[in-house]
Amino acid sequence: MSFRTSVRRVALAAGLALAAMPGAALAQMELKITAPAGPGGGWDAAARSMQQALTGAGLARSVQVTNVTGAGGTIGLAQFVNTARGDGSQLLVNGITMVGAILTNKAPVGLDRVTPIARLTADPLVIVVPKASPHQTVQDLAAAIRAEPGKVVWAGGSAGGADHILAALFAQAAGADASKINYIPFSGGGEALAAMLGGHVTAGVSGYGEFESQIKSGRLRALALSSPERLAGAEVPTLKEQGMNVEVVNWRAVVAAPDISAEQKQALTAVVDKMVKTPQWTEILKARGWSDAYLSGDGFAAFLTAERERVADVLRTVGLVK
Amino acid sequence: MIETFAALSQGFLIALTPANLLFALVGVLLGTAVGVLPGIGPALTVALLLPVTFKLDPAGSLIMFAGIYYGGMYGGSTTSILINAPGESASMITALEGNRMAKAGRGGPALATAAIGSFVAGTIATVGLALFAPQLVEVAIGFGPADYFALMVLAFVTVSATFGASPLRGMTSLFLGLFLGLVGIDSLTGQTRLTFGVPELVDGIEITTLAVGLFAVGEALHVASRRLHATDELVPVRGSLWMSREDWRRSWKPWLRGSLLGFPIGALPAGGAEIPTFLSYAVERRLTKHPDQFGQGAIEGVAGPEAANNASAAGTLMPLLTLGLPTSATAAIMLAGFQQYGLNPGPLLFVERPDLVWGLIASLFVANAMLLVLNLPLVGLWVRMLAIPQPWLYAGILVFSAMGTVATNPSPVELAMLLVFGLLGFGMRRFDYPIAPMIVGLILGPLAEAQLRRALAMSLGDPTVLVGSPVAVVLLALAAVALLAPLLFRGLARFQAAED
Repeated sequence: MSFRTSVRRVALAAGLALAAMPGAALAQMELKITAPAGPGGGWDAAARSMQQALTGAGLARSVQVTNVTGAGGTIGLAQFVNTARGDGSQLLVNGITMVGAILTNKAPVGLDRVTPIARLTADPLVIVVPKASPHQTVQDLAAAIRAEPGKVVWAGGSAGGADHILAALFAQAAGADASKINYIPFSGGGEALAAMLGGHVTAGVSGYGEFESQIKSGRLRALALSSPERLAGAEVPTLKEQGMNVEVVNWRAVVAAPDISAEQKQALTAVVDKMVKTPQWTEILKARGWSDAYLSGDGFAAFLTAERERVADVLRTVGLVK
Repeated sequence: MIETFAALSQGFLIALTPANLLFALVGVLLGTAVGVLPGIGPALTVALLLPVTFKLDPAGSLIMFAGIYYGGMYGGSTTSILINAPGESASMITALEGNRMAKAGRGGPALATAAIGSFVAGTIATVGLALFAPQLVEVAIGFGPADYFALMVLAFVTVSATFGASPLRGMTSLFLGLFLGLVGIDSLTGQTRLTFGVPELVDGIEITTLAVGLFAVGEALHVASRRLHATDELVPVRGSLWMSREDWRRSWKPWLRGSLLGFPIGALPAGGAEIPTFLSYAVERRLTKHPDQFGQGAIEGVAGPEAANNASAAGTLMPLLTLGLPTSATAAIMLAGFQQYGLNPGPLLFVERPDLVWGLIASLFVANAMLLVLNLPLVGLWVRMLAIPQPWLYAGILVFSAMGTVATNPSPVELAMLLVFGLLGFGMRRFDYPIAPMIVGLILGPLAEAQLRRALAMSLGDPTVLVGSPVAVVLLALAAVALLAPLLFRGLARFQAAED
């Protein structure tokens, strides 16, 4: 490539970049995103992916990610609410697990204190049984639960998390007493997966991505997805298709600090709105296997409230919250 | 078998390309550095590097991650031996004998046996990984909660090896650890226990905070308290810096035994790196011809656990590669690394991307050799650290410990806990209570509890499940033998003495 053409290309690229940024002021934004979990988890990945997309697309001048680990995200939440008050440049990543953790840990600070911005992704959960299991369909499993809820041993993630909630709602929809389910929590997907493969439990719940490889290799049989619609590339029917009116997704969202002004809220929402439309974000969703579930504004605020009520109901039913 | 070797040599062709060699070198350098710094583990390093390597070629960055993982395992033992501050829980046992050796001027041989033992164990375990991965994994996933519980019982029995002179003091220390293990969320019901409304306690007590507090801070306080009376002479080097013929003779069997313990247990989905180090220490203490030296700096007590620790690291990669099962924090992040490239580790990976899998396995051999070449010359440099005047050295250790704790968990509560544990460690040293059993209690207690309760929940409360599988029965029988044999022998000896 000659010098002249390369100059022309740079100029062209710069022009395109400028054209793609209608609010030049936005690019001046310096954001701080708190991931209320350790490096490597889903919330950390979401925060770092936002950082990648926001800076990559030039939507923010700098994005700093801070990890505040502990207690299902409630430590990060408490710290965020206490230190970021009124600060329009800070975001916190959260998700359905935090909703449950706030209740089970009796956390002093709840999600009613933050300013909702947007839901980013929602990954379907999958209900699986070991290859050798007698249960061929969701109806078989539902019948077994109806007969003796305690004898169906579930393996899944931490107590009170999305997996546990799905197991409880499934039992309810099957017409069994959800307070009697025998749910065994495992820390991290690995150990639960081993319990499934080893045939130590009846059924397992996890994010579809975590079990995908085992499902495709035939070692686990996927009975149903918990999402409203089927997942591209997966030949697994949803619960609703099979007559079970249950829907639980592992959603991740961002919220802003308490007491920010309407303008600050609008600016943050605008940045996130733009971020999810960038090619960088699309690429990240594809690489990570995340399902897009973008919802901002009042829609998300209503969703968050509804989800908090629903989770509280389920956790009361299974006896985790009194 | 022949196909395996063909595939492995193909892997070496990939691992030995200049670019991949460079990635491996960067990885082991970074890994050693973070292993030496307490608080920044390999998991955090890999997590921070993930976004940076996003654009790199998958083979190169996975090779680098493997280098970081192995390097971190190597580096962790250095601080354990030199300044009695285990950077991670798996090198806690190394500190027991290793630091004694360092204080007696034998830091050189201690570091060398750790480095060579890690190399030997890493190589054996990587061979095991290459040859037996698919078969062993089938056995590993067959392990149910009852089997794990039996393994924990065996580990508990071996704890007595770390008790020192008085079993009563040892038990006291162990039960303190078990009590601390109760703090935090009960994993089975999600309810908080003994947290007294302090949110930082909800996740339980961080093992490294307890270990660094008891070992390093407690020791610094102890040294400070004694300075007015008499100064313990710290000898940087006494005798050879290098391992003597005697050291080699006493090290090679522990290396092999440690590898044999570490690899299979590391391959278990809930095995971990700590339990094999406990078992290895107990085995070496039983088998040694120099029982009087244990607790005073026995080289076997460094060689065995270090080999076990490193062999378990290779073991961890087995369920990751063959099943996509991450069984440690670092493995979980490496899994995220695979997924970042749209790869799903699991049975299909060996078929879909053999170049990547075998390139990675071959690069583990390369990383191992690099670490040995890198670390042996450093032994002389590290040992010189002990020549720093005591007040400076211990001040440095205090700063280092506090920094490491804050790096893991930036919270004033964590720092306060470090201080409290330091004072506790000082008191225990003052009144002659062993420290290691307390940390073992904190590690094993919650694991054993969760596995026991899971086993009972799965069997709907039927306790016979605990002896329901052959593996559990064998492990429990081993535990019974380990517990009763010394008593029987002692009784027999007394009986014979009475007859004379």
